[in-house]
Amino acid sequence: MTVATSPQVVAPKPRLQPTGWLRYFSFSVDHKVIGLQYLVCGFIFYLIGGLLAGAIRTELVSPMSDFMARDVYNQVLTMHGTIMIFLWIVPVVNGAFGNYLIPFYVGARDMAFPRLNAVAFWLIPPAGLLLITSYFLTGAAQSGWTAYPPLSITTPAAGQIVWILSVLLLGGSSIFGGINFIATILKLRRPGLKLMQLPMYCWAMLGTSLLVVLSTPVLAGTLVLLSFDIIAHTGFFNPTLGGNVVVYQHLFWFYSHPAVYIMVLPAFGLVSEILPVHARKPLFGYTTMVYSIMAIVFLGLIVWAHHMFTSGTPPWMRLFFTIATAFIAVPTGIKFFNWLATLWGGRISLNSALLFSCGFIVNFVLGGITGVALAQVPFDIHVHDTYFVVAHFHYIVFGGSVFVIFASVYHWYPKFTGRMLNENLGRLHFALTFIGFNLCFGPQHWLGLNGMPRRVAEYDPQFTLINQISSAGALLMAISTLPFLWNVIQSAIAGPPAGDNPWNALTPEWLTSSPPPVENWTGEAPLVEEPYGYGVPVEDFDLTAISGRDLWSSGK
Amino acid sequence: MTTLPIETDEHHSDHHHDEEHPDHRLFGLATFLVADGMTFAGFFAAYLTFKAVNPLPTGAVYELELPLPILNTVLLLVSSATFHQAGKALHQNATNRCRNWLLITAALGLAFLVSQMVEYFTLPFGLTDNLFASTFYAATGFHGLHVTLGALMILIVWWQTRPQSGRVTHNNPFPLEAAELYWHFVDGIWVILFVILYLI
Ligand code: HEM
Ligand SMILES: [Cu+2]
Repeated sequence: MTVATSPQVVAPKPRLQPTGWLRYFSFSVDHKVIGLQYLVCGFIFYLIGGLLAGAIRTELVSPMSDFMARDVYNQVLTMHGTIMIFLWIVPVVNGAFGNYLIPFYVGARDMAFPRLNAVAFWLIPPAGLLLITSYFLTGAAQSGWTAYPPLSITTPAAGQIVWILSVLLLGGSSIFGGINFIATILKLRRPGLKLMQLPMYCWAMLGTSLLVVLSTPVLAGTLVLLSFDIIAHTGFFNPTLGGNVVVYQHLFWFYSHPAVYIMVLPAFGLVSEILPVHARKPLFGYTTMVYSIMAIVFLGLIVWAHHMFTSGTPPWMRLFFTIATAFIAVPTGIKFFNWLATLWGGRISLNSALLFSCGFIVNFVLGGITGVALAQVPFDIHVHDTYFVVAHFHYIVFGGSVFVIFASVYHWYPKFTGRMLNENLGRLHFALTFIGFNLCFGPQHWLGLNGMPRRVAEYDPQFTLINQISSAGALLMAISTLPFLWNVIQSAIAGPPAGDNPWNALTPEWLTSSPPPVENWTGEAPLVEEPYGYGVPVEDFDLTAISGRDLWSSGK
Repeated sequence: MTTLPIETDEHHSDHHHDEEHPDHRLFGLATFLVADGMTFAGFFAAYLTFKAVNPLPTGAVYELELPLPILNTVLLLVSSATFHQAGKALHQNATNRCRNWLLITAALGLAFLVSQMVEYFTLPFGLTDNLFASTFYAATGFHGLHVTLGALMILIVWWQTRPQSGRVTHNNPFPLEAAELYWHFVDGIWVILFVILYLI
């Protein structure tokens, strides 16, 4: 297999791939096209998942089950969780930004396996459609994104089987993506580029992909066994047939705790790219960041049973998993302080990208604190399966990962499209999202501490007011999407031209045109030895010279 | 003017375009096999946990005989060796020898599958009889699926090494190497499976 060579030497072969907007609907093997396919496809699923969330919060405005029937509520809840995790956050923080950025960062013209890459993406739309149409055809699964047996064995089988099929496809997509990232980062670095010179997002994606490759197959195997229980009436996880439900939980969380890192580690990486650029300072503590990521990968694989403290786990197991979980706070804390130190004393421009990044830091630390609290057995037994847990993980997956996705869109949109977004709309988007988010999920801590269980359509009337406040926050978040949508659509058509490097950034994706040419650079890929070399005032750089091919033709 | 922390690496650009893009497909396959191995690890972990905490219900039957699985183990181990010979032969550009070894390997694989079927039909328990029976069939069945795929791959590679085909040659050994790596992996899994399911 040879990779296409530079146009200087050989005339480019006529491309069989469509160009223009059509290529976004094609089996394109260009990593940038695939990245944007992931991003837009993920965002569409985000809107669908958001509508479902709206339905949930509408139901919870009143204590009675009056907006939808109870079993419909369960289906909506299950689809919401599954879509948000497997069709929005995982594909976007990994697939979208990973595909777009990693080849630039390693100085390659594409991913290691471009066709596998396209296959990985094209597994996603059918899997998502399968999941959603199951609601209309057979009724969707009702057992939550965790699909715990015996619930998943006793609820209607058709929906559950479709759910399993869909998650298997998405898991496969994720594994193919992970293999590609590992090979690209380890094998495709341009000559002269050392591992410890890579932008931090590469490290985050390397760690994440290791988790994907090691843990996703376990989920796949488990779901196959679960489907046997449903279809063939085996009894792996069916207590009435002598099976063991707790084994399902172990296997499920062996994937799904790492999965929370699969959702958040890439976000750590993206934030580490964004902060230095807009604070004009080098990333603080590069080496400690790298080791922290690897420590999180390792520890992330051995803490899963902190989700099972109420499942009859023996005392030694509780002790081990509490301690291991507490340890994970250490590398996470290191990263947190590194970000603060990066901002400290920087020349910060408070634009939308930086605002969303700062929002991430605030929300994430709150979610981290409740996480450490949840890892303490006596506390967890009290609040397990209550809204406290819902609040905890939304602070992390929404307040963390989704905030970072928005920060990244504001940061890289000029590169994607060659046009700038409107800053005022961006700040409005941030303000609405930040307020709405905290209004929606902050009060849920209180609900959980006071005993409101999660995953129920009806609740004790004493919780009505707080639930209404939470729903108001959800409404605000829904409204906050409007300025964003308007902004990305209208700026794509009429935004001011961005130029190659509007942020004066130093990472390689900015050292080419916006949007970049098909094979990323017209000429050699630049060797960026210090991606965060922002120590010197901007005026001292001739940044206008380092764009596209000027960089290597200027005879520097 | 401060120098930028960026280098253009001029001298390198001269020969970069002539050099072959190195082949990372085997690396990719190896990564995939790690993932595949984790699926088996999940099954084995489930089986061992079941064994540790779920007693066999009274009256339930779960007994395995050793002779057939030992034969199976031998078949697969020998087939790994014969595949290795096929690889060596291709390396020495001895295509005919390579094709013979491939056929022998495929035959050993098919013999394994037949013997596995014989075992299935003679066992005193069925898929849904009890927890251990189900797990046994799931793990061995998933492995058997791998052997089936592997045998198919070997036959395809055998077809592609025909002199007039020229798809797999001394100069393009990738399909054979990939099938070989996969086959060794499947054999290795069998050894672990044999120890866990039959010996422990
Ligand atoms: C310092 C780090 C963290 C700690 C100590 C921690 C701890 C915990 C614990 C103990 C639970 C179980 C609560 C229960 O069910 O009773 C939990 C639930 C959860 N956590 Fe975290 N967590 C941390 C970070 C994260 C991150 C980074 C994410 C996601 C990106 C996350 C997502 C979740 C989710 C989704 C659940 C709920 C799963 C469910 O039951 O549906 N957590 N966390
Ligand atoms: Cu966890």
